[in-house]
This record gives sequence, structure tokens and C-alpha cells, in this order.
Amino acid sequence: MVTINSMMCKGCGYCIRFCPKHILEMSKERSEKGHFYPVNIDEKACTTCAICALMCPEGAIEVTSKED
Amino acid sequence: MAEYKRPKSLMPMATGYCPGCLHALATRLVADVIDELGQAENAINVVSVGCSALNLYSWCGDVIGSAHGRAPAVATGVKRCLPERLVFTYQGDGDLAAIGLAEIMSAANRGENFTVVFANNQTYGMTGGQMAPTTLLGQKTTTSRDGRDCLTTGYPMKMCELISVLEAPVFVARYALNTPKGVMDAKKGIKKAFEKQLRGEGFTFIELLTNCPTNWGMNPLDTLEYMNTNTIPYFTPGVFKDKEAEK
Repeated sequence: MVTINSMMCKGCGYCIRFCPKHILEMSKERSEKGHFYPVNIDEKACTTCAICALMCPEGAIEVTSKED
Repeated sequence: MAEYKRPKSLMPMATGYCPGCLHALATRLVADVIDELGQAENAINVVSVGCSALNLYSWCGDVIGSAHGRAPAVATGVKRCLPERLVFTYQGDGDLAAIGLAEIMSAANRGENFTVVFANNQTYGMTGGQMAPTTLLGQKTTTSRDGRDCLTTGYPMKMCELISVLEAPVFVARYALNTPKGVMDAKKGIKKAFEKQLRGEGFTFIELLTNCPTNWGMNPLDTLEYMNTNTIPYFTPGVFKDKEAEK
């Protein structure tokens, strides 16, 4: 599962650019800090490859493997 | 499947870097490696002046702030006094390749047993985007408005190539942080350099190609493309010296 900390995100969009499944999208609303941030629009399609977390400059994304 | 947790060596807050700045990614990579090696309590981060000094606010472990460009000189003293500690400097290109050129070349030539992490964004970021020694030919900055001209300001300085011709350094490598592959390679390179230092092998130098969305005047995603088409062809990523492999 991908957890995005909107308080740390600055909205650069690297995670959206590099997500191989194209399931991250910029939010419509701004965070408390005033930035747009990525949201996961399809949790089921996520393979938890963690490329979004790898490319996040701020370390705002944490990835845990799916429980099944 | 993979898991990722934010490294404990970083403060649990946003860094001071601009949105999309790969300096923040470079800092995070170093923190990742230090956590993986279990050296969070043992590491000493020596920073000097420039955007790299923002590490002072986001680094959880020991940090020393030194004068502009003098981080390798300070790190030399720290490492000689505390040989058991993992000592590394984190410097930008204006800091390392311009004002600190004497310090870095001397420290490399002496083969001091510490690691230099060099974030090269081809501009002076913090002071407002002036031309650095590493600025590419034709690149516009606030002090080279028509683009850098080699007739008046020379050519971009290739630090990895310069340092790799010295006898003492044991590992010299350059990585670009604009693709996931580059980031993964960089992480392996930083880990290798730190392991070499912990084994007491000698001086290690890691150059990380980064961007500066604010001073290049582009949005973050465009800077990654700019790096692909302009930066990487000139500053070729790769391992320039690895004494272990030469044996």
C-alpha cells in the first residue's frame, strides 16, 4: 500500500511521471501547505514496486507490501 | 514487491529545498544508505555553504557546518580525530568545484579516509542562480545572460575525471538522479563508497547530477528532460576509478 504524506509533499510530480501503472494522479485540492499532492486512484492495480517512493525527493511516500 | 520507509536519519518534516529539487533526493539517498548500514549513530555529516547547508535542518544525526568550500578540510580533521566514525561531506558544485577546489584536490591527493558526496546542479542555487564552474556551455544563468561562452569563462569542469587521475582515491563515480535506474545505481554507489570507508580503504568520491528547477527556470519534470538531453551527454555517468576492480 502506498501512503502519501501530504504535509511533506511539494507537488513536483515525479511519482506520477514514473509510476509504471499510471495510477497516481494530482489532487484537485491543495494540502494544508498549499501544494497539490498525488493520490492513488486505483489501489488494486498497485504492485508496490515502490518506484514512487524511490523518486520522491522529500521521502513523503511510504510503501508497505500488500497483506494477503 | 518492495517496501519503503522514510529513513530515520532525516527529521520527520519537509526539507528546505524547492519543489522537485534533486538535492533533497540526494540527501534522502545518503540517509537511506546510512540507515541500511546501521550507521545512523556513527555518521558525521560535514556540510559547507550553499543549498547543501540545508542539511543542517533536516539531518537527524551529527552535522558540522564549515566555511564555504572547506568541508574536506574539516572532514580531514574530524576523521583523523575519530577514525571509527563514518565521515562524509555533502557539497554542491559552487562550493566544491569553485571556492573549495584546493581543499577537495588536496584531500583527494592525500587519500584521506572519508567520502565526498558532490551534488552537481550546474549553478549556484542558494545565491540566485549565478554561473558555476560546472555550468554547461550555452546555459543561461544570471551572470551569463547569453549563455556560457567558452572564450571568456572556459569549459564546464569535470570533477570526477579530475579526481580520478590522482593516485590516492579508491572509488570515483558519477550518477544521474533523473531516472529510477540512475537513482538505484547512485544508491549502490554511495553504499559501496561508505563500505570502503568503513574498511579503511581511502578516499571515495561520488558525484550526483541534480537539477535546479528554480534557477533553470523550468518546471521540475522539464528539468529531468533537460538533464537527459544536455547534462548527461557532457557529464557522462559511470565509475571512473575503482581500485578494487583494477587489481
